[in-house]
Amino acid sequence: MASTTTATATTAATTNLWQGGRSPFNVSYGKLMMWIFLLSDAFTFSGLLVSYGMTRFSAESWPVPEEVFSAIPFYHGSAPLVFVGIMTFILILSSVTMVLAVEAGHRMDRKGVEKWMFWTIIGGLTFLGCQAWEWSHFIHGTGLGGASLTWNEYGPPAFAAFFFFITGFHGTHVFSGVVLNYIVYYNTIRGVYDRRGHYEMVEKVGLYWHFVDLVWVFVFTFFYLV
Amino acid sequence: METADLHIAEEHANEAHEHHEQGFVAKYIFSQDHKIIAKQFLITGILWAVIGGLLSVFFRLQLGFPDMSMEWLRPLLGGWITPTGQLDTEFYLAMVTMHGTIMVFFVLTAGLSGTFSNFLIPLQIGARDMASGFMNMLSYWFFFLSSVIMFISFFISTGPASGGWVIYPPLSALPQAMSGSGLGMTLWLVSMALFIVSTLLGGINYITTVINLRTDGMSFDKLPLTIWAFFLTAIIGLLSFPVLLSAALLLILDRSFGTSFYLSEIYIGGEALPNLGGSPILFQHLFWFLGHPEVYIVLLPSLGITSEIISTNSRKPIFGYKAMIGSMIGIGFLSFIVWAHHMFVTGMNPFLGSIFMLLTLIIAIPSAIKVFNYITTLWKGNIVFTPAMLFSIGLVSFFISGGLTGIFLGNSALDIQLHDTYFVVAHFHLVMGSAAFFGMLAGVYHWFPKMFGRMMDAKLGYVHFWFTFIGIYLIFFPMHYIGIAGFPRRYYSFTNFDAFSTFTDLNAFISIAAVLTFVAQFIFLFNFFYSIFRGRKAPANPWNSNTLEWTTPINPGHGNWPGEIPKVYRWPYDYSKPVNEEYAGKMSEEELANMPDFIPQTVPYSETPETNLPHENDLINLEVKDDEGAIVIDTKKEE
Repeated sequence: MASTTTATATTAATTNLWQGGRSPFNVSYGKLMMWIFLLSDAFTFSGLLVSYGMTRFSAESWPVPEEVFSAIPFYHGSAPLVFVGIMTFILILSSVTMVLAVEAGHRMDRKGVEKWMFWTIIGGLTFLGCQAWEWSHFIHGTGLGGASLTWNEYGPPAFAAFFFFITGFHGTHVFSGVVLNYIVYYNTIRGVYDRRGHYEMVEKVGLYWHFVDLVWVFVFTFFYLV
Repeated sequence: METADLHIAEEHANEAHEHHEQGFVAKYIFSQDHKIIAKQFLITGILWAVIGGLLSVFFRLQLGFPDMSMEWLRPLLGGWITPTGQLDTEFYLAMVTMHGTIMVFFVLTAGLSGTFSNFLIPLQIGARDMASGFMNMLSYWFFFLSSVIMFISFFISTGPASGGWVIYPPLSALPQAMSGSGLGMTLWLVSMALFIVSTLLGGINYITTVINLRTDGMSFDKLPLTIWAFFLTAIIGLLSFPVLLSAALLLILDRSFGTSFYLSEIYIGGEALPNLGGSPILFQHLFWFLGHPEVYIVLLPSLGITSEIISTNSRKPIFGYKAMIGSMIGIGFLSFIVWAHHMFVTGMNPFLGSIFMLLTLIIAIPSAIKVFNYITTLWKGNIVFTPAMLFSIGLVSFFISGGLTGIFLGNSALDIQLHDTYFVVAHFHLVMGSAAFFGMLAGVYHWFPKMFGRMMDAKLGYVHFWFTFIGIYLIFFPMHYIGIAGFPRRYYSFTNFDAFSTFTDLNAFISIAAVLTFVAQFIFLFNFFYSIFRGRKAPANPWNSNTLEWTTPINPGHGNWPGEIPKVYRWPYDYSKPVNEEYAGKMSEEELANMPDFIPQTVPYSETPETNLPHENDLINLEVKDDEGAIVIDTKKEE
């Protein structure tokens, strides 16, 4: 039974991918599910970002992001968008370490996976910490009441409400990503994937992690750059 | 090579959990078997349908007989009956809202897709189970939890959500606006959020299973149209429900955390609310981006089921198989770019309105293709009128009569008169409500033998069909008239308007028809539950059908096929295939008469030389015996 499956799978690989009896994309069901879930999640974020765009378009005035987000810790001058730039850089760097973890997984290099997953988790946590600082700074403001879901000293309250909700929703995704990454990291240390014979779980959480990064690029663009 | 190994690992995993014994809880409650999960969805859906139908009877009585004493409902509705014996006005709105929510989401989305996608996808594509049985189980239990929360909202003192199933803010956002917008609305939103999770878990599974787990030979152009329909439905749901999730999340913030995403410049009782800068139209855009595709999430599975049943029982190949697929893809795509036709009267730019009108009317083309294909499949067919077949033909009838009024409503100028009248109610109850409901009933009658190993009683099925079919037309046809006359939907009573008094009789007539149609459903309920335990034992292939599910044992166990999964060689619609010229002369009258009128998908072309077409004879050369004597398609030779 097993031998015939292998035979048809390998012969079919060269010719007809869609004839049945195999995965046409050469992926396991788990990875395919992750892709499909991400497609769906992309629509959730799109819905939120489009709502933000529509509200902003119909607003009479809108805050200038360079003026709102110009603080960094331990420095009292104005440094527009420097802090968020650092945050973004850290998140993108954690995507790079994730790529290295996946690559180490392909080589069945347990130590390598451990090392790079560790740095990915650290990157995610650092990002979340930075976001907490950014939020608290925005909430405290410059002494004119700061910002909350109902009040915004820099302009229309809708800006603050959307900012908190969308970055918060993204932050929740990052947090779940860190939790997933930690589970995979823990399983790697325990040798679960070595025994299983492949490190596909690393690839699956990797897909999710890259997606969360990609979403941040859009959130960053629409809230900080334009 | 790596993935080939994975594939084998999956197969072994499937074989492994075929044999061991399971306890009652693992087998029937927290089951991961797609067949059990399908039945769980079906039974829950039926319970919801009874509740939803009962609500409609209550408010139809109010509309048809506004002066009637509702005192007899006090044991059931308690405080919702006023001291003078009338229905509470706010509870009337709650019933309308819950009727819509229950029917659209819990019955015709979860009850329909949940039942038949789960049941038929693995059986018809030749898979042991869904890609992930665990996620499939979660999908049901999220639905169950969502159902429980929605049900609880009936029993709270402020009543369930009452702002209509579309829950437009500001009505739904402000508890001061109506009592149903308090806790009832919160429970509605929580319930729907869980429902969306359930839909996503289910949808991801359906799509992955269809892509990855088709048996050998089951290419996409050999898939039964049911599977095509479920597959496209899952894709539509997967892309539209998340947008409802974002809309609901923003509404939750507006309701509970003081934001103003949908609220601006509102006065209640002379007091100005602090909310500024939001837009209720934004909610409508987000809602209808789900809401319109949702119509097709409800309808497409029924259309797929109908294709299968009409072809089987006409003993003819489905007419225009590829056109059917093409039109379903077309409908699915178009469903995402027509949502604003629900919003023509929101003050939308007329130019934008005309674009949405154009796109909306284009949907008539793939819909008409499907209708003509059903009719041409029936044409000169050797029709077997099983109850399932009658319900399928009934679906086609509703789809035509409800679809035609869609062309009226899609027109942005006519919509000014018809918007939010009973004309709209009549339109969507025929084209998506009743049509989808008939598809679901057809599916239950047709696949009941596979689900429970017993037959439903056909005579009761006929009685059920004729009462329901005639009843539905008696309910919804007159509604077109009162709609054009200007009756707005969601009104508690029309007795204050002199202009409407000539239609009092018609409204009473509709209500009587609605009550009778509802009562007729108990014929089905009796038939269904009685037949589960006492029905006639089903034969292996009661409808002489071609698809794979009928090659399983009569009561398939976990894993569906006891031995190897069957291979597929041909499409599922080889009914009444004529004997080819080469053999026609050589065969005696008797031999010709004894030719089977169906060739299952598992029969290779090498075994049917009498009926093969020339290009199918060429395919025989590709069928070679493997080491174990099974016939396989050699894909190398195909090049």
